[in-house]
Amino acid sequence: MTLMPPALRPHFSYSGLRHGARAALPAFPGFIMFALAFGTAAAQKGLSLGETLGLSAFVYAGASQMVGLEIWQQVWTPATILTIMTVTAVVNARMIMLGATLQPWLKHEPLPRTALNLFLLTEAGWLIGTRYHNEGGRNVGVLLGCALILWLVWLATTFVGFFAGALVPEPKRFGLDLVMPIFFGVMLVPLWKGAKPALPWLVAGLVSLIVHALVPGYFFIIAGALAGVVAGMLIE
Amino acid sequence: MNGLSSFIASPWGSILAIAGMTLVTFLCRIAGVVVMSRVRITPRIERGLRALPGSIILATILPVVIDNGWPAMIALAAAIVAMAVTRIDIVGLVAGLGTLAVIRAFG
Repeated sequence: MTLMPPALRPHFSYSGLRHGARAALPAFPGFIMFALAFGTAAAQKGLSLGETLGLSAFVYAGASQMVGLEIWQQVWTPATILTIMTVTAVVNARMIMLGATLQPWLKHEPLPRTALNLFLLTEAGWLIGTRYHNEGGRNVGVLLGCALILWLVWLATTFVGFFAGALVPEPKRFGLDLVMPIFFGVMLVPLWKGAKPALPWLVAGLVSLIVHALVPGYFFIIAGALAGVVAGMLIE
Repeated sequence: MNGLSSFIASPWGSILAIAGMTLVTFLCRIAGVVVMSRVRITPRIERGLRALPGSIILATILPVVIDNGWPAMIALAAAIVAMAVTRIDIVGLVAGLGTLAVIRAFG
């Protein structure tokens, strides 16, 4: 442990927060488009501003927020509350794996800061943090700075979408409906370490395609990701 | 139970729904760290976790891109090539979105 160079030892600094906030920039377009769409859909569905912002601020997970809108109720019952919690858990179960990869980086952090970092965990922020970590960075502030700015962007554009969603020009014309997949594709490049380490990715992609064709909903993401992890464990 | 049901049926129900969604999502967010802090990380587990970032990306984008047809595939390819050449993420993103917008404008 003491023999490790300081840069490779996990640490936290406020300059890391700034670095992380800057590194988050490429994820902004995807967050803006998704949160605009969510704010618009929530207003159309008849949610109050408080409910809409509450979902974005506290649940803060786009896919589950969208699915949540589909089963949102005017009058709730214990059964419908349990249903929306179950559906949310299923859609967000993939985050368990994101957290698992962060554990070695976060294990010496104070608990409240880790709780905040994980409360703000998103795939995009995690991918940016993973890239930084793969390049040798160990400043936890980068992860948190990235997460904080993305949360602010998410909340602010949910607000804009709620009031001005109808005014946003046709996003398809600018290719903005695919901004998230394209951002993810870009983040794939720095992960590339040759064909063999990428074999599990192929397994993940194939399994997700099959599951997507057979099962409705977002189940294909976790199914593909799990298949990739299992393939990674099996390939020597 | 009747008191609970009428409480849930009141406007408090929405707050309860958001609180419930927040709770299960937060549990998903922390579960990985909690479990891994109690598990000895063997080389096999490490290999599996190392495969996760790329796996999750492909699992997320492949069905979406294929559903959107060849313009999406070409746009994704353009983004990846631009990123591979420049190593600047913003350049890759702009190349992908620009390619898609151009194809759609003429398509």
